[in-house]
Amino acid sequence: MDRLLFGDNQFFGVNHMSEDKARTQAMRFQSLDSIMSVLDAAYDADVTTFMCTTHDRIVDVADRFRAEPQRYSRQVVYPCMPYAHKYANAMTEAGIFGAIRQFLPSEGLLDAAMRGGKSLANKDIEGVITLLIDAEMKMFRGLKTPVIFLQNVVVDFLLGMGFTEAFRIFADHVSSRYNAEPGFITMNMPRLLVALDAVGIENPIVCTSINKLGFRMSGGIDSYLDALHNRRFRAVAMSVFASGAIRADEAIEWVASLPNIESMVFGASSRTNIESTAQLVTKHWSRTPELLRTA
Amino acid sequence: MVNVGVVGLGKMGLSHFSIINAHQDTNVVGLCDSSGYILDILTKYTGVSTYSTLETMLDGTDIDAVVIATPSKYHAPMVRSCLERGIHVFCEKPFCLDPADSIALAQLASDKRLVTQVGYHNRHLATFREVKRLLEAGVLGTVTHVLAEAYGPVVLKPKGGTWRSKKEEGGGALYDYAAHPADVLTWYFGRPESISGTVLGKVFSAETEDEVFTTLNWPGGLSGQLSVSWSDESHRKMTTCISIWGTNGKIVVDRQELRIYLRDAVCAPQGYAKGWTVRYTTELTDKVDFYVRGEEYSAQVDVWLKRIGDSAVRGTADFIDASVTDEVLSTICNNTDGGLRHLDSQAEIVDGQSLSAARTGFWTRLKNRRRNH
Repeated sequence: MDRLLFGDNQFFGVNHMSEDKARTQAMRFQSLDSIMSVLDAAYDADVTTFMCTTHDRIVDVADRFRAEPQRYSRQVVYPCMPYAHKYANAMTEAGIFGAIRQFLPSEGLLDAAMRGGKSLANKDIEGVITLLIDAEMKMFRGLKTPVIFLQNVVVDFLLGMGFTEAFRIFADHVSSRYNAEPGFITMNMPRLLVALDAVGIENPIVCTSINKLGFRMSGGIDSYLDALHNRRFRAVAMSVFASGAIRADEAIEWVASLPNIESMVFGASSRTNIESTAQLVTKHWSRTPELLRTA
Repeated sequence: MVNVGVVGLGKMGLSHFSIINAHQDTNVVGLCDSSGYILDILTKYTGVSTYSTLETMLDGTDIDAVVIATPSKYHAPMVRSCLERGIHVFCEKPFCLDPADSIALAQLASDKRLVTQVGYHNRHLATFREVKRLLEAGVLGTVTHVLAEAYGPVVLKPKGGTWRSKKEEGGGALYDYAAHPADVLTWYFGRPESISGTVLGKVFSAETEDEVFTTLNWPGGLSGQLSVSWSDESHRKMTTCISIWGTNGKIVVDRQELRIYLRDAVCAPQGYAKGWTVRYTTELTDKVDFYVRGEEYSAQVDVWLKRIGDSAVRGTADFIDASVTDEVLSTICNNTDGGLRHLDSQAEIVDGQSLSAARTGFWTRLKNRRRNH
């Protein structure tokens, strides 16, 4: 994984600090061209991995990447699935199974499983999960997707329930079908590492909030630092700036001082911000931008 | 350790199960739903015992506390079953569709000294709690008007096959969406005395409203407006915003941000100045031990469990608080002609006693109890 990954929150009206800012950004990125110009700026600054949710609008971005293979020859995409609000809003309206049915490519399997009532076989739940993954992956066909992430809402929801077998199903499917490494986004990193260990997922890629403020680091900053020092996993730091609550220089300096962090994901809306973030990462991790790509 | 059961395994029930199951002070001892399919999956993959009816779950396990997240029309009978067995209850919102049930159950819980709470998670949101603190400190002077808004993208086309699209089962934007900002209003300002000018608008739904607009009036002259739509695609999820005007300034608050303008800062706590002050969730929110979908969902469960441990019968969003919100919702629901409705005007005969009389007696006893503490 590259040291610096480019996130997509800014494009879809996600800002953990301000609704107004989120709305302003959603308006600004109304057109695909405005999204692409920022992605191009990232690409030109050698930040060539785009870590994105499986939001409907990513379909168009993926089309652009496919349309100009020369221009985007080094472009890598890390899909993060699912785009949870799509499911959550559908669940409120149509119930759990109604929502799943809406997003499955064919209705047959779930209906058959539900008709089976109590006699649900192991294979059915695996089948539903893998079909949902395939449905989310469709938009990325033909693109390089070496890491595929499961979103934190789903990861943490399953983690709390103790439904950790689903992590195994996810990991097996993305590696066998997409030849990709599974990644897990979480707000409960130390606890997730224990669960992934228990289902035999070794040295996992885990993307989690890591920032000086301790924002969204559940269980406390000390348990995170302990895990970074003592557990074997490949950490991707997110919320490094705590949605802008920490100054960029200070935020990156702190994260760079920690052990075991392989990458950092960040969002930005302008070429200047992308370049300055890349420079700060270079400065604090003491590497050149070229090296960053292969670090 | 608190032994907890969860009944109703839809979106909210599963979310509560996840949070409570991860909690260090609890054991989840039973899960209950009418869908064999979901029970089958959960038994197989989480190992928790499952039951197809509430009664069998209560009979079959040693349970201290139950979370009820079924469709709203089942809340009242299920809450009653639990309370009668001496079980603490967390019930999803809205509490009961008929305020007579709400008041009777609040009374029953109070008599039995049981710890109750309703899933009004905004009361556990850092920014909204900070506003409560500011209002109690009197920073705005005399509050004159409040606007409570909630918008989101739930019903965006003419269809819908679940209980949420059926009015008699507690579906519709009023009980699903407006309940939240309405509860914030009763939390901040107490029980309004009247409702008027209600518009329950349909955008796409055949049987229920998709929009709620209404005016509330409190004793002493404070007025408020509620503006709600669950058919607004411009928001990616439910967005709740409260604006409050007073003689000394104004507050605008949402999930992430608290913006306050003060003409003078004499009554303001440290950190607030004359003119604008903006505070963010990143600085105001306390960390939780386990996070699924917003700190407030974990925090509300923490608060309930802690209250159970402390035998703290009264607490924010308990059945007594939620009964007030239920009265407001019921009054809005019955205000389809838009005329002026006093909250007491729905009085009916309940067990040979008028509801308003029962209510007066209840509130008086409650006030005395508060005073005695």
